Amino acid sequence: MMMGVVDIGFFNLLAGYVLILVVLVILRQRNIKKETELLIAVVRMSIQLVLVGYILDYILGSQRMWMTLAAVAIMEVFAVQNIYQRIKIDMTPRFRSIVACSMAFGTIITMIFFFFVLLSVKPWYSPRYVIPLSGMLIGNSMTGITLGAERLLRGFHDKKELIEGALMLGATPERASREIINESFTAAILPTINSMVGMGIVFLPGMMSGQILSGVPAVTAIKYQMAIMFAILASVAFTVFILVVWGSKTFFNDRAQLVLYS
Amino acid sequence: MAFQLEQVKYKDILKIDKLQIPEAKITCIIGESGSGKTTLLRLLNNLISPDEGSIFYKGRNIEDIDPIQLRREVVMLPQNPTVFSGSVKDNLLIGLEFAEKDKVRDEVLSEILRLAQLDKPLSTIASTLSGGEKQRLALARIVLLEPEVVLLDEPTSALDEGTEERVIESVVEFAKEKTRTLIMVVHSKSIAQRFADVAVTIQGGGVVAEEGL
Repeated sequence: MMMGVVDIGFFNLLAGYVLILVVLVILRQRNIKKETELLIAVVRMSIQLVLVGYILDYILGSQRMWMTLAAVAIMEVFAVQNIYQRIKIDMTPRFRSIVACSMAFGTIITMIFFFFVLLSVKPWYSPRYVIPLSGMLIGNSMTGITLGAERLLRGFHDKKELIEGALMLGATPERASREIINESFTAAILPTINSMVGMGIVFLPGMMSGQILSGVPAVTAIKYQMAIMFAILASVAFTVFILVVWGSKTFFNDRAQLVLYS
Repeated sequence: MAFQLEQVKYKDILKIDKLQIPEAKITCIIGESGSGKTTLLRLLNNLISPDEGSIFYKGRNIEDIDPIQLRREVVMLPQNPTVFSGSVKDNLLIGLEFAEKDKVRDEVLSEILRLAQLDKPLSTIASTLSGGEKQRLALARIVLLEPEVVLLDEPTSALDEGTEERVIESVVEFAKEKTRTLIMVVHSKSIAQRFADVAVTIQGGGVVAEEGL
């Protein structure tokens, strides 16, 4: 039997801010000068979530295909911007565009398979499914690409001599950079693999907990969780794979010479 | 001629009006550090391209030759030897793999190590070797490839005098026996005088002397 979730009343939610007050008191007493940061964080979170809540309610209610697609596109753009901000190493314009392309290609391929084959929801653009699940795929891929790109950029700088040493012996650029590519790929997908290992025992994943809270039978929630984990792994792997393979090519010119910028 | 350089300019490092390097001979390049010797070798290996001018390899402009094929014929040993992960054997075989050549038997590998004066078992982990041993391992890797042209950038800088002479002697012997072109940057004039057919002196990025010995 499905049960609806108990709604939190407005005044009950206000009571939640009491918890923040307790933390503020602790900060004040210990003379830790982080009160402003905490207040800004709480205010930002509240405003952002309320806004997103209204927007989501509107999109979920309207069931329009273009709105779902627009929401996914906006998430993609924000994710790419976030990657650019998080990578602290200089990137060439070509490398930046490969970051964006790999993000888009890798996630979209996975989404198509996930929504059409694995879930086969009807209609396929049903925002209730597409928006939160795409968000999870995009968010995880974003973290993967950030890790992979940093490793790749650092690898080419730190291992310049090894790469040139291989080129001098007649290695192709692909062969000369194979180890760096594989290392970057591994570093990027390892956190996803590790999170699968502890899942269900060390922690209950957020989506599954959310579904259980809203009254979905645990077995159904688990099936969803498994499906999204397969898709997350695939999406992270596809995006990072495209990034490291294409991205590594930007370090060589048409004379198969290593070109490092910065 | 193995190489011919005409009006070659690379950044502010090298400016050579004309230079010819003969085929199947031993050419030594001497000059102070920072004079552009390494840059010259890197140009011949096409690891970098000149900003101006042309370099010809066996009469063909280097820029018209497939760079990978060129580097398989004109192999370069950098001054800081590259050591890859794994054993001494792995390090020898990886050169063949890079050049897409067939693997060889262990006896051949051991023979090459003897030629490079490196008395270590093939199973030794390469990262545990000393600087001089790594240098000889990298040299052995190149000799194993039997390239047409061998470019050596101070191949013996980390070796003591006695070992240095023996190593150079075996490389020179190899080059002569197989009629290969050997171009090496050396730090001492005496080595050039003893082994070279041609000595090229570079100063401030330009060729100041070119003499047959």
